Amino acid sequence: MYHLFRTIRLAVKSLLLHKLRSGLTMLGIVFGVFSVIAMLAIGEGASKQAQEQVLLLGANNIIVVSKKPPEDSGSSGSGGSVLRYGLTHEDFLILDRTVPRLEGIVPVREVVLNVRNRDHEMNSRIVGCTTEYQEMNHLELSMGRFLSEQDLVNLTNVVVIASETAESLFPLENPLNKSVQIGNRAYRVIGVTKERTASAAIGGSLSGQDYNKDIYMPLDTFQSRINTKNIIVKRGQGAFSAVSVVYDQITLKIDHPKIVDEPEIIIATAEMVRETMDAKHAVARDVDVIVPLELLKQAEQLRNIFNVVLGSIAGISLLVGGIGIMNIMLATVTERTREIGVRRALGARRIDITQQFLIETIVLSGIGGLVGMGLGLTTPAAFEAIKYVVTNYILESGGATSEMTNMFLTMTPQIAIWSLPVAFGFSVLTGLVFGVYPARSAARLDPIEALRHE
Amino acid sequence: MELTAKLVNLQKHYDLGTVVVKALRGVSLDIPSGDFLAIMGSSGSGKSTMLNLLGGLDRPTSGEYYLRGQNVALLSDDELSAIRNGLIGFIFQSFNLVAQYSVLENIAVPLLYRPGYPPVSSEDEDRCNEMAKMVGLGDRTDHRPYQLSGGQQQRVAIARALINDPAIIMADEPTGNLDSKTGEEILGMLTMLNQEGRTIIMVTHEDEVAEKAKNQIFMRDGLIAGTGIFKG
Ligand SMILES: Nc1ncnc2c1ncn2[C@@H]1O[C@H](COP(=O)(O)OP(=O)(O)O)[C@@H](O)[C@H]1O
Ligand SMILES: [Mg+2]
Repeated sequence: MYHLFRTIRLAVKSLLLHKLRSGLTMLGIVFGVFSVIAMLAIGEGASKQAQEQVLLLGANNIIVVSKKPPEDSGSSGSGGSVLRYGLTHEDFLILDRTVPRLEGIVPVREVVLNVRNRDHEMNSRIVGCTTEYQEMNHLELSMGRFLSEQDLVNLTNVVVIASETAESLFPLENPLNKSVQIGNRAYRVIGVTKERTASAAIGGSLSGQDYNKDIYMPLDTFQSRINTKNIIVKRGQGAFSAVSVVYDQITLKIDHPKIVDEPEIIIATAEMVRETMDAKHAVARDVDVIVPLELLKQAEQLRNIFNVVLGSIAGISLLVGGIGIMNIMLATVTERTREIGVRRALGARRIDITQQFLIETIVLSGIGGLVGMGLGLTTPAAFEAIKYVVTNYILESGGATSEMTNMFLTMTPQIAIWSLPVAFGFSVLTGLVFGVYPARSAARLDPIEALRHE
Repeated sequence: MELTAKLVNLQKHYDLGTVVVKALRGVSLDIPSGDFLAIMGSSGSGKSTMLNLLGGLDRPTSGEYYLRGQNVALLSDDELSAIRNGLIGFIFQSFNLVAQYSVLENIAVPLLYRPGYPPVSSEDEDRCNEMAKMVGLGDRTDHRPYQLSGGQQQRVAIARALINDPAIIMADEPTGNLDSKTGEEILGMLTMLNQEGRTIIMVTHEDEVAEKAKNQIFMRDGLIAGTGIFKG
């Protein structure tokens, strides 16, 4: 142990012979290791974010959504006619009857409408839902209560509002038991939900959900008070058009505690749901079945691809660092030819000379690796700084942001603990690989020639 | 009388492609143990070549060299290294200290290459310190070579040559880069080491230096042109 320490100390002394040069050479490795760790942290952060968002949709859930059919499917009409599509109450009944292991089934109707409290107003997503909606979407309450069975049966005019909705409509007062106005009716606020992370947008069929600007009301209240005749008139592209949808979404929760070990059950159930839905909607193509668990698998695959690609890029920078090291060590060997001759005269074998220069190279790259690791640990902080710059100087304030930008802004790099030893190991390995040739060329020198070297 | 070295018709040629330089053209010589031999001759006469062969740094083109009865030609590169490490101490004209090491670390270099690589013990370190004291640098053990004068550097080189307690000391123009007073001090040390029983082989082209040795040989054009006790 002490022997090793001495060996390293002597190697460091030799490296300090040319401080600047050793330092600059080391930078190659420093940034190589740094980028390995940073790239993997960003990849990990992105995938964790994707996973979390998917999990917020519920790993046990199967989500059936209505979607506007493609223009060519024949059932479309525009400019005044009513467009009917999507999930019907019959669908709901079939699913409720046929899907095995059903723990819960929540039909949802939603629409974005103007909501007011005296002179405070905003556009809010009104969600008509049942009591189970709360649990399925991991909503927590900061005050009051969520919708109850009683509310559903009695068609009470009550709502639960989300955190941002509460802030906008009731900036100075406690919203509980106050009323909000939607259309020309007033609804009593019975609860406020806590802030909740947005869920992922899923390839066009399920848009990212904010949840924080929502208003929840009993489904039947929605159907009778807001969605009379299931027709909602929307202003789109100049002309009025009316759409008719019974349910926007039906979320099925499957009872299956060992979800991680046996995901097949969910997948198989989802397959069944797809077939059931296809039987009715295959022609119109107005229903989509979304399985968060499948998305999770996709997210994992994506992460692996990310890791390989980013890791390779970072690996290349380590390679470049290694070439830099080799270059400098070759120069060092030439410069210290005389020293090599002296050591040989004093009894060093060829293997000792090889070892000495190899150790010097490894110490150089190893220290570079340690510094790189240190830098790598600052990745989350550095990323925050970049985010700050982007939000303050690059993005226009209030301007629309793309899905990509949003993902970037809400993402935090996750340093993968394993990447630290791996990156360090690679830096040492780089030193080893690129140190062999210079070290061996040092050992091959003829002692007499080396001693005569000026 | 026990022989430290025996040379039989030793030749050393350097093949430079276009010409072959015959640095040694057949040297035969017996060096008894405990000798203090000065190898003399003008520049280019083959002195260093001969010393390098004697020290096991190089191999002859032809002829035989027995070091303590062992035929050096039969030894492997690693065995020669071991001999240079334990049996022989080298002193060079230009000191050849390791620039990045302190005085103490320079003295300890031969300890790093001992057969079997025993770790440098605290007794070893004590001995390095003693050695530094012995050559008069006990208060400078932390200094780097560039902080020392030529004479001081050569003392460090002597301490380094002695750290493995070798039976033979080989010195190639050890006073060549020193002023005459400092040179005399170094020579005094070599004489003392000879009196301790070590065999000293020293290359020099200066008569005043050579006359301190017990025996002298004169080299000319790769051959021994004369031997004998210097007539002071
Ligand atoms: N490695 C070598 N390659 C070619 N020629 C050499 C080499 N070493 C010595 N010589 C030649 O051999 C001769 C003897 O050199 P050397 O032994 O160094 O002389 P001295 O030490 O007496 O000055 C010189 O002509 C020198 O140029
Ligand atoms: Mg010479």
